[in-house]
Amino acid sequence: MHIFTNPNYNFLRWRWHAVALSWIVILAGLGLIYTRGLAKGVEFAGGTSMIMQFDQTPSVDAVRTALNQNYVGGGQDAIVQSYGDPSLRQVMVRVPQVGAEQGAALSSTAQAVEAALRKGNLGNFTVVGTEIVGPAVGEELTQKGIWAFVLSLIGILAYIAFRFEFAFAVGAVVATIHDILVTLALLAFFRYDITLNVIAAILTVTGYSTNDTIVIFDRVRENMRKMRKGSLSEVINASINQTLGRTIITAGTAFLSALALFLFGGEVLRGFAFTMIVGIITGTYSSVFIAAAIVTFWHRQSPSKLSSAAPAATATPPARRSKSQRKARAS
Amino acid sequence: MNKNIRWKVITIVAVLVIFGAVGVYPIVASQYGITSPSWLMAKQLKLGLDLKGGVHLVLRVQTDDAIRLEGEQEMERLREALRTRNITVTSLTMPTIAQIRVEGVPPAQDAAFREAAADLAVNYDRSPGTNGSYTFTMKPNIQVILRQESVVAARQTIERRVNELGVAEPSIAQQGANADQILVQLPGVTDVEHAKEIIRSTGLLELKIVEAGPAATREDLLQNGQVPEGMDIIPGSADATGGGTVYYMVRKAAAVSGRDLTNARPSVDQNNLPAVQFTLSGEGARKFGIVTETNIGRRLAIILDNRVTSAPTIQSRITDTGQITGVTRDEVTDLSLILKSGALPATLTYLEERTIGPSLGADSIRSGIQASVVGLLLIVAFMLIYYKLSGVNAIVALLFNLIILIGLMAYIGAVMTLPGIAGFVLTMGIGVDSNVLIFERIKEELEAQHGVRAAINAGFSRVFLTLLDTHISALIAALFLIQFGTGPIRGFAYTLIIGLASNLFTSTFVSKTLFELALGRQQRQTAALSI
Repeated sequence: MHIFTNPNYNFLRWRWHAVALSWIVILAGLGLIYTRGLAKGVEFAGGTSMIMQFDQTPSVDAVRTALNQNYVGGGQDAIVQSYGDPSLRQVMVRVPQVGAEQGAALSSTAQAVEAALRKGNLGNFTVVGTEIVGPAVGEELTQKGIWAFVLSLIGILAYIAFRFEFAFAVGAVVATIHDILVTLALLAFFRYDITLNVIAAILTVTGYSTNDTIVIFDRVRENMRKMRKGSLSEVINASINQTLGRTIITAGTAFLSALALFLFGGEVLRGFAFTMIVGIITGTYSSVFIAAAIVTFWHRQSPSKLSSAAPAATATPPARRSKSQRKARAS
Repeated sequence: MNKNIRWKVITIVAVLVIFGAVGVYPIVASQYGITSPSWLMAKQLKLGLDLKGGVHLVLRVQTDDAIRLEGEQEMERLREALRTRNITVTSLTMPTIAQIRVEGVPPAQDAAFREAAADLAVNYDRSPGTNGSYTFTMKPNIQVILRQESVVAARQTIERRVNELGVAEPSIAQQGANADQILVQLPGVTDVEHAKEIIRSTGLLELKIVEAGPAATREDLLQNGQVPEGMDIIPGSADATGGGTVYYMVRKAAAVSGRDLTNARPSVDQNNLPAVQFTLSGEGARKFGIVTETNIGRRLAIILDNRVTSAPTIQSRITDTGQITGVTRDEVTDLSLILKSGALPATLTYLEERTIGPSLGADSIRSGIQASVVGLLLIVAFMLIYYKLSGVNAIVALLFNLIILIGLMAYIGAVMTLPGIAGFVLTMGIGVDSNVLIFERIKEELEAQHGVRAAINAGFSRVFLTLLDTHISALIAALFLIQFGTGPIRGFAYTLIIGLASNLFTSTFVSKTLFELALGRQQRQTAALSI
């Protein structure tokens, strides 16, 4: 079975449209983040989050009213939502306050919230989970997250520069940064909390996106040796077309597994799965449109010898292969 | 079947049996209540706190305390040295935790003072000021060492306490940018407040001779409106049951402290009220013997965490045992536990607290398994439809991959967390990518009409380098994830890394062997491939 029979799309012709589209999404996302901010999970923002299981699920308004009446901080800053499967009758209450980072006082807010709800005539409930994070933890995590991201990008850049050539490394890294920005834009738009899991997903997207790009670059490297007469744009276009079936199928299977996580993975993994889904889509898009465009752009700026950049990767004689290539394209 | 293929098949079966036994067997067996063989069950894949339920605490060790304590002790030692040499100074203070300031050293005794402070100058930098004043500042390297030591000591104390609590498989580790945080994970524990109190209690026991008191108010003990130098006023309970408050004046330096303690156990006092009996070590018993012998008829204050629990009159020389009374029956067990595990060198502050109830963990496991099954079915369906019989090949490789993944995780003792399950699902989705790459290449080669065998060989050999590149770049990202994350995220990163490694094996070695097996019986000329 084939998705495409000998595809021959001119992807590079559309690169500027693609770049423009990406900029629109990214700038809109950055604007959104600037004006509204990214919603941070408890582990980054600090605060108290509790999950309670009720005998009779109360309405969100009832919980808020109970907080307004009995909780010092009031209910206006609280996030109240039903949690998980409705049959579990669970409600998540999150307040930005947290007890003092002094001795064992950290959990005093949690106790206050619990007491407020008990007074609020909401029926019997048990606290099944709490998460209390002081402000110090969030600051350190943010630092660590940024470092992990920057270092892994540098690592990937170095590896690709070592295995291919520098222009390719730049292309792959720019494509990856593009994916992260688009993902952040969509996270902001759909108001997902930035949690540890989401950061983990973003780092995974980094790996996935380069994965996709490398497959195409690998083919570019191979074709550079075979299509000596072709221009860089022609070589890149041919390579993207030749790997197009694989790109789509892989994106498809990865997408299916992320979708399974999104639909069935439960409340905790929802943000994670959403990030993966967005990352997979934008990762595929950027490997096809952005990474290659950057390579051609870079080469126009600083033209270098292409042939010297391709180390001997495979042992098969290229001549035989290129003949069949031409045959395949002619048909 | 030729010899080459036979060896490949044997290798694959061996790998499958080993990892299946380590990873899959214990999980399946435990579902049916089978507990043998124990050497296999012991290696069972561990579940993280987010799946099993439990308490996750992050504490900060207030390392300033260690510096301050050291400073106070040094200052008392200096005061003692000055007294023995008959040097009178105007004041001895600690302007900051790392500084000791002496004022008003008589010019005539300057040389004698320097000699008296020689001990202090070992760990402190001395800088003279005007009018016979001196400022001693703790050397920076000593400060660093003290801070490090206090965190390590706190961690060890917490470890002992948690072990005494009888928590199965606790995890206690140092973390944080300044390495002054301690992560405590207690699987299966749900009574957070109790666990928190036991971990955090300083547990400092001191035995001091009462210099004055008991008095009804603090003011009664003041001399000229202030606490005499080198003395402390400490509150305590007025009666044996812990009611009322009275005050005692004691020396700052303790005669005997909790460091000299070897054992503590619940007991009862002469009135049959709950008490904790403690035993002192050889050195502690000797010191205690001297102190009690020379102070018969005076009161001995038994001080726990800066509160006098009782102050009995010394009847005779006591050497190695003592009792703490005035505690409730509930407190007795905890107190013995805390005393036995030793005092904390510094106070602890909670930075983060997470409790995951067992029901929440069970929900996560359920949805995790659901997502895995759905993900697997979707991919199986897709691969079968798209690649027909070769899809079976990819699916077998994928299942091998999952078995190796679970087996390796169990073997190295990695912890399965909810994000780890997500990693598991993603490994399936992204893992078949290797097969897709190879199969697409084989299709291309088939179209070039080089024959089935040549197409398969070329497909695998040409794609191998690509696979290596993609796996290594994904590995780079995953390695930094380990650096970044604690607990659940680390579980995710481990799953990804192990999944990457086993994927390389299954998608190339296993998958190719399967092709070779399938083609083995067909004639060279007419061989066909369902792809």
